[in-house]
Amino acid sequence: MSQTFTLDGLSIPFTEGETIIQAATRAGVFIPHLCYHPEFKPHGSCKLCTVKVNGRHTASCTLRAAAGMVVENNTEELNAERRALTQMLFVEGNHFCPSCEKSGHCQLQATAYHLGMMSPHYDHFFPDRPVDASHPEVLLDFNRCILCSLCVRASRDVDGKNVFALSGRGIRTQLIVNAKSGRLADTDFTVDDKAAHICPVGVILKKRRGFAVPIGERPYDRAPLSETALAEAVSAREEGA
Amino acid sequence: MMMQANDRQSEAVAGVVDRVVAHYRGDPSCMVQILREIQEARGWIEPAAIDRLQTVLAVPRTKIEGVAGFYSFFHTRPVGRYRLLFSDNITDRMQGSAALLERLCSALWIEPGKVSEDGLVSVDRTSCTGLCDQGPGLLVNLRAIGRLTVERIDRIVELVRDEVPLADWPAEFFVIEDNIRRADILLATPFAPGDALRAAQARVPSDGLAAANLRSWREGLPTGLGGPAAMLDEIKRANLRGRGGAGFMTGLKWEACRNAPLKAGQQRFVVCNADEGEPGTFKDRVLLTTRADLVFEGMTVAAYAIGAQRGFLYLRGEYRYLLDDLNAVLERRRRDGLLGSDIGGIPGADFEIEIHVGAGAYVCGEESALIESLEGKRGTPRNRPPFPVTNGYLDQPTVVNNVETFAAAALIALKGGDWYAAIGTRHSAGTKLLSVAGNCSRPGIYEYPFGVSIRQVLADCGATDPQAVQVSGPSGVCLGDAEFDRCIGFEDIPTAGAFTVFDRSRDMFEVARNYVHFFQHESCGFCTPCRVGTSLLKNLMDKLHQGCGSPYDFGEIEKLNQLLQTMSHCGLGHTACNPVLDTIARFRPAYERRMRQQEFAPAFDLDRALAAARQMTGRDDAGAHFLDQEA
Ligand SMILES: Cc1cc2nc3c(=O)[nH]c(=O)nc-3n(C[C@H](O)[C@H](O)[C@H](O)COP(=O)(O)O)c2cc1C
Ligand code: SF4
Ligand code: SF4
Ligand code: FES
Repeated sequence: MSQTFTLDGLSIPFTEGETIIQAATRAGVFIPHLCYHPEFKPHGSCKLCTVKVNGRHTASCTLRAAAGMVVENNTEELNAERRALTQMLFVEGNHFCPSCEKSGHCQLQATAYHLGMMSPHYDHFFPDRPVDASHPEVLLDFNRCILCSLCVRASRDVDGKNVFALSGRGIRTQLIVNAKSGRLADTDFTVDDKAAHICPVGVILKKRRGFAVPIGERPYDRAPLSETALAEAVSAREEGA
Repeated sequence: MMMQANDRQSEAVAGVVDRVVAHYRGDPSCMVQILREIQEARGWIEPAAIDRLQTVLAVPRTKIEGVAGFYSFFHTRPVGRYRLLFSDNITDRMQGSAALLERLCSALWIEPGKVSEDGLVSVDRTSCTGLCDQGPGLLVNLRAIGRLTVERIDRIVELVRDEVPLADWPAEFFVIEDNIRRADILLATPFAPGDALRAAQARVPSDGLAAANLRSWREGLPTGLGGPAAMLDEIKRANLRGRGGAGFMTGLKWEACRNAPLKAGQQRFVVCNADEGEPGTFKDRVLLTTRADLVFEGMTVAAYAIGAQRGFLYLRGEYRYLLDDLNAVLERRRRDGLLGSDIGGIPGADFEIEIHVGAGAYVCGEESALIESLEGKRGTPRNRPPFPVTNGYLDQPTVVNNVETFAAAALIALKGGDWYAAIGTRHSAGTKLLSVAGNCSRPGIYEYPFGVSIRQVLADCGATDPQAVQVSGPSGVCLGDAEFDRCIGFEDIPTAGAFTVFDRSRDMFEVARNYVHFFQHESCGFCTPCRVGTSLLKNLMDKLHQGCGSPYDFGEIEKLNQLLQTMSHCGLGHTACNPVLDTIARFRPAYERRMRQQEFAPAFDLDRALAAARQMTGRDDAGAHFLDQEA
């Protein structure tokens, strides 16, 4: 691991093939992200992890590190842009945090806190996205879907089931499930699937678990996202090893 | 009885699906073509067809629905037997398309976007169909009709009402003109099929007549490979740059692909990008209509130089009506030994071309999205690097070039690189086709050597009182009259080919608003900044359109621009704000007319919010309105 690049002035070592976010995480530097998860092939769609590499914006979850790169991450400019992206995700869906079971454990909410988002800024779109409560154990509340595609990847790559996919285009892009009826109950999805536990926001929710952990004691209530994410990445790596 | 009808129907569906799937060898990577052909046979992609596909292709339903849901021309709900799509480019609008659409809809008693109750007809709008020089245009079941007039619309209403089969509609409706107004080397060089290939071979000593297919990738060059290497040299010597907009050096691209390592069982591919979705561009349509042989020969030259055995022409869905003619040209070339194996008698020079028809998605012109679509997927741009030259179609080395680039490559093979490099300017060799439309008396195709000034083109096309020219479509630049002495070329104004003229009667704000709607409609939805940002931009422009603007909105537009330009995943998002910024900079009064307040005006309008209530109660009297105090 003799090669390095610099990240906000720090020298970060990396191994061949590693992406910027992977190397940064290993070195203990947090880069905000929503569609990236250390266990899955990067997707590069949310753009929260955008950094500046030699002066040019690029997603850090998909770009492989190269020796001598000069990377900016925690700058006012980038954080302002990330804040705007977060605001976009808030107004695109219907996120009523106070009534959401995922509050305090939601990566979108925690990212908003991390970036100091004080208001949604943009007008809400208020899309019409009916929930799917058909499955006996799991509820799908599409109102909060940020199209990160993590459930798609988990179901396809880990569960081998292809329960989820994206359909539609542009602002009408939506999550669909693998059933003619379009209902989760008619798929082979189970609560033991990896895909049942991957959603960073409050779409895929276990039924009859509401408020098992009281608000105020949930992961991001106790420690900020930047710490939690790094700790999770470490434990994921240890499990994988 | 009912049961029998259902059985018969599912049998019919299964019959169609099985036939189409068999034709595509049961290959799921042909999904887009399979869905297109099923729809052509059945009118739409019905649930029963998806059921059957799921079984015979052995792919999850999510995959089929994901692809079917992405493309504008795929329908997973019933549509009319006559599907009329009005081209909605700004030039169509300038030529009166909105009134014609309304006339047609009211005569047929339907609303745009809906299907008539008897399932006979549906009417909607679609992005630019490439008929700007003979608009307004529409597609009926993907056959193009140009030069719409009140009379044509009324006739169409009758034909639809009388359920006259499309084949019996007046033939003159479907006549699409080439409108070539100025021809230079591309459009005028005498050329017989095979000329370019023969010239390329003649240029090397006879011991060099081996194909690049017959080598391992590391294999040393000169002797056995004179032909392909010499061909590549000619392209480099010609200084040919890609004509799809970005202007990458074609020689470098071909060389990179040629040198890309092949894993076992892999091969190289040549792809011709005929997606031509940029509003205002129609030059590739004319090239494919008038010089198809030159284009296919250019692809074959590329295949010979890089060592590819298969090629695709990616034809945009809007040009579906050209498919049969193009296939006939391919068939003739096969018969004449210009496609197939040992082309030109050279052992190992094997090359085949297939046509892949798109289904209404501008973003598929982006080369990596195009490749995804060729692979039967949603047309989402890929993460790069790696680039297509090393990891393209099916993860194998692939060259993607524009139609015009291949046509130029064929000429270079025919006449040599030095000949070509001497035309045009220092950094922009050769000629450029311009698709000229808008406010001018002679719209059509103009071929100029690079370096021609905007003013010259305006004079040639008969532009009267021009106020602005949009060069290279909405993702290009908008120029005002202070800039008309600037030149077309990579050193000044690069262009994919659109040249749209606006005279002083035009409202440049509405031009920009039309383009913003286009980008919002065509965003693939993959990345947050573009998916949400183009929607926010559209809402802002609509807010200004409704007269609720304030200087605050300019600031918001500039912020969105910054975000889209820097954070978006692909060129669509990067350029989506260009038309707004360009027109704000040059035609600010058009925006200022729309300002209501000096500081801030809310988008929410009490009176407009009551519109639904007015419609429900059937009231529209003064008491049903909030009176605007300021107005
Ligand atoms: C949104 C988008 C749409 C595009 N549409 C086209 C197109 O319709 N035709 C085309 O040749 N290139 C298009 N391009 C450019 C292609 O990605 C690619 O650069 C080009 O096909 C390369 O060919 P060339 O080197 O011959 O220009 C588009 C790019 C973007 C970002
Ligand atoms: S359901 Fe959750 S995991 Fe799946 S795409 Fe939506 S936000 Fe991502
Ligand atoms: S910029 Fe727009 S079109 Fe390009 S990938 Fe992002 S969402 Fe899709
Ligand atoms: S985390 Fe990198 S783009 Fe989403």
